[in-house]
Parts: sequence; structure tokens; C-alpha cells
Amino acid sequence: MASAVLELAGVRKRYDSVVAVDDVDLALETGEFLTLLGPSGSGKTTTLMMVAGLQQPDAGRIMLNGVSVANLPPYRRDVGMVFQNYALFPHMTVRRNVAFPLEMRGTPAAELARLVDDALALVKLPDHGERLPKQLSGGQQQRVALARAMVYRPALLLMDEPLGALDRKLREQLQLEIKRVHRERSISVLYVTHDQEEALTMSDRIAVFNKGRIEQIGTPEELYDRPATRFVASFIGDTNLIGGRVLGVADGVCEVETAAGRIAASARTPIEAGAAVVVAVRPERVVLVPVRMAGTGLEGVIIEQVFLGTSRKYVVRLTDGTEVVVLRPISDPPFEQAAPAVRVSWAPDKATAFSG
Amino acid sequence: MNADGMTPWRLVRGTLVIMVAVFLLAPLAVVVIISFSAAPFLQFPPPGFSLRWYDLLFSTPAWTNSLWVSVQLFVPSSILATILGTAASYGLVRGRVPGASFITACLMLPIIVPGMITAAALFGVYRGLGLNGTLTGLIIGHTVLHIPYVVATVSSALRVQDVQLEQAAATLGAPPWATFRHVTLPLIMPAVMSALLISMILSFDELIVSLFVSSARVRPVAVQMWSNLLGDFDPTIAAIASVCFLFALLVMAADLALRGRSPRIG
Repeated sequence: MASAVLELAGVRKRYDSVVAVDDVDLALETGEFLTLLGPSGSGKTTTLMMVAGLQQPDAGRIMLNGVSVANLPPYRRDVGMVFQNYALFPHMTVRRNVAFPLEMRGTPAAELARLVDDALALVKLPDHGERLPKQLSGGQQQRVALARAMVYRPALLLMDEPLGALDRKLREQLQLEIKRVHRERSISVLYVTHDQEEALTMSDRIAVFNKGRIEQIGTPEELYDRPATRFVASFIGDTNLIGGRVLGVADGVCEVETAAGRIAASARTPIEAGAAVVVAVRPERVVLVPVRMAGTGLEGVIIEQVFLGTSRKYVVRLTDGTEVVVLRPISDPPFEQAAPAVRVSWAPDKATAFSG
Repeated sequence: MNADGMTPWRLVRGTLVIMVAVFLLAPLAVVVIISFSAAPFLQFPPPGFSLRWYDLLFSTPAWTNSLWVSVQLFVPSSILATILGTAASYGLVRGRVPGASFITACLMLPIIVPGMITAAALFGVYRGLGLNGTLTGLIIGHTVLHIPYVVATVSSALRVQDVQLEQAAATLGAPPWATFRHVTLPLIMPAVMSALLISMILSFDELIVSLFVSSARVRPVAVQMWSNLLGDFDPTIAAIASVCFLFALLVMAADLALRGRSPRIG
């Protein structure tokens, strides 16, 4: 491990009888942008709260800069936190909000003024210092919260669904802002979201949470192209899931017999012949050809074509009734006749088989 | 339904409101008017007007002494009740205190239990401590009596306030006391001030506990008024009542002014 800012080992937290976080291991490298992604109630926010010191783990170790923080209250941990609802102090001006953490640290006045100016400039609100939070829009308030959480250069910036309360357009704009700030200040970020698109856009690495456990940690590309579990495959991006039975496995590729025909897919976990599996394949990885052309794959009929602007979506009903969604670039010509018979297939390394 | 259809209902409602207002305010108006009476008896309407009763009020040592005792009583007791009540509310609402609701219920007892019982209990306890007839005894009694109002007001303000603000302060490096001073207290300040002013008014007006615990030498205004009413009384009683009324009015005006000034947090 080169230089982990944050390390979690065997962290566990339960509320009454519900296990919120179960045996979580995690390491965040200096300067890394790591996202905890998962549905609500999957334990990602609880994990973040434990790092901040606002929740106490029942078991396990949390290390910040190599030192256990078990006995450190939130105000002694070198972290900054951005909340979904901004949590700006309503009775203080923007400037005083941003200055607050510096005042708590006894920063000399001249340096404090310089740091606050710098932070407000960084979030592009240099002229809003004398306003009260309620006089700002939601997006502006969240930028102030961001400036406040990083003005004192904490070792780690924690963000709990910071864009959840904003509308889509503003969200996309602020995603880029946060990425820019992260890049310019090379600050380490632990980010929580339930929005998989947001996670894919922003993160260096993503930890996918489900039922209190981490299903997979990896780069956005890894999670997207090589999901480790069926949950990851279906939670991130759109996925076709086709059930079948394994005929045989060779070189990490398994042959699967489905009700509509034979297909091949990668086996990333040990799978034996005869096992029931689900094959996951992304819509844009599916190759679609008219059935009259030679080749292998599953036969079906196109029941729907949808124009999406940059791409075209096809829904193919296979002979057994299963529907497969296919995305093709807009440059590929559409099918002219009604309900054309087609064959769908894919390269085996673009599809993954999960036992189930 | 058109506007005409609404009129009878509005008429009834308006009449009711005015009647209630008259019912509540008329006695006060009568008392204030009589306090300026020139007649030596309680007589309404007064035959003429004068300031003689105010003159008498402020030149009679029994009255001036009791006014001074009341000031020495309500200032410390209202401040004490506010500080203790606010601290208790913060601990009970924010902290993880086992049996918090039981403790809250105990703190609220003085307004649930009949005043006579509280007074008798204080009297009994004070007898062993030698606090009967002392200003200290009165201050402690009034503090206990008015803590429930502070706890009720401040607790509800704390419950409405977003806990995340305090969590944010903590992550930004503020220890608990700094968080309370810079974040929590400023935000609940309107409620704390209201509680302080309510305890002031209540303390100035309180009779039952004062009656049990006070003595001839340490006698607050309310007790003095009570004993005056038991004997032969003249319009001086109306004058002191008007003074009390004016005091309550000023405190309430202060409360309104403070609320108007404090930033509205939405």
C-alpha cells in the first residue's frame, strides 16, 4: 500500500437488529476520488458517518493517515464534510461560514482572510461573502459548503450525496466543478451517492455497496465491463440478463444453453458445467444482424426501435419470449421493414456469467 | 359561494372576537382607570383624576420594599431558570441520556402539580434548611417553578433545529462547547429570550410559593398585594396592579422586538 489516507478494516455497524455495515474493508489513496455507490439503506452513508466520527463502529478499525481514529471525536479528525442539505450556518454570512473552521483552528487574521478569499474564488463565488446562505441558490449554497469543508486543507474530504437536492442540469454542472476542485487541489475525496451515472462520471474508483457489504471495488471501466457480481451488473448501467445452463467451461469462457439458443460468456467466478447461470451483457455490446446473414447467436424479432439522438435502441424478442435491449450508434442504418427477424450475439469477453 | 354568503358568518365571528377581547381587557382598563382616581374608595367611574395613589404607593415603605424584593427575586431567578432550563433541554434533546423522557416529566412537574403542593413541599424542605423567609429560598423556589416553561420553550426550539448544523460544526473542528456557543445558542436565542422574559413575568406575578416561603421582612409585591387585599384597601392596589401590568407589557414588547430583530431561519 503506497500511501493510504484512509483505511477501513473489518468495519461493522448495527442498529438494533439490523446490520447496516457488515465487515467493510476499504483503502483510499492520497489524491484519489473514491465513491461509495449503492441503493438507499446499503450502508454507504453510515460508512461515511463513521469515518467522520459522527457514528461509532461496533467493530473494525478506521485509520486516517495511518493512525487509528477510534478515540478521536469528529472535531479532532482531519476531515471536511459536505452534507446533502448544505448545513450552512444560517445566522452567519458566507464569509463567516467559510472562516468558521479556520477560527476554530486559531488561524491568524491575515492568513484567515487570504484563505477564505482563495476558497471563495475557487468555488467561483468571490463576491458573495457578505450574503446570508438563504440569499443564495441551492447550487451556490453547496459551493459555499464545499469551500468551507476544504478551506483548512483537510486530509480527506467527505461528501454525502452533495448534489442530491439539486436539479439535473445544476447537478451535472456541479459534478464538473467538484472534479475541477479535486484536480486543482489534488485533495482526497470519499464521495457517497446512489446515482450510478454520477459515480461513473466523477470517480477514480467506485465501491459498490449492497446490504451493508461491498460487492466490488474498481475503476468505473472495470465495474462497467467486468462486473464481479450480478448486483453490480444490474445496478451500474443498463444490462440484459439472460438465464441458462452451463454446458462447459474452457479458458474462462463458458458455453451456455438458453431457451433461445446457445451463447458464450466470460466466467469471472468459478462456475461448473451444469450450473444454472445468468448472463449479463450491456446493450451496446450486443451485435445485431439480420437472420439471413450467417453466424451464431440467439434468434428473435425486433419489436421496437427508438431514436435516442446519439444512438438508436432496439428491443428484440427472442424465440422464448425473453426481451433483449440493443443500442447501436445512430450511424448504423435502421431496419426498414416491420418486425424484422434478427440474430443477437456478442464477443464472449463482453458478457459475464453469474451463477444464480 | 359568493361574498354575500360569507357575510353573516363573518359578522358572527367578528362579534365573537370583539366580545372576547372586551371580556379580557375591560377589567384591566377599569383597574388602570381607577388607579388614577381622585376618590378615596374603589369607585367606578371615578369622580375625578389624580396621581395621589401612585404618590402614596412610591412613598409607602411597605410597597417600595416589596417592589425592591421582587426585583431582587425575579432577576436572579429568571436568569437561573433560563440557564438551567436551557442546559437541561440541550442535554435531554441532544444527548443520549437514559430515561430522558422521565427526567423531562420530572422537570415539568411544577406546572402539573397544584401550586399549593409545590409550595407546601418547598416550605417543608426549607424548614430543615433554614431557608424560609429568605431571599435565597424565594429565588430557588421561583427557579424550580419556572424551569418547566424554559424547558418546554427551548426543547421545542432545539427539536426544530437541524442536528446536521451541529454535526457540520463538529466535522469543521468545533469542540462541543464551541459548537453550542457559535451554532446552537445563536439559533435558539429567540426561544431562550422568550423563556427568560416569560419567567420574569411569572416570577413578578407569582403568589402561592411566595406566600409560603416569604416573611414580613422579605415580601415580594404579589404577597404584599395579597395581604393588602385582605385588609382595608384603597386605590393604591389599583396603582400597583397597573405597575405590574405595565411591567408585563414592557417585557412582552421587548420579546416582540427581539423576535423581530432575530434573523428568520427558514
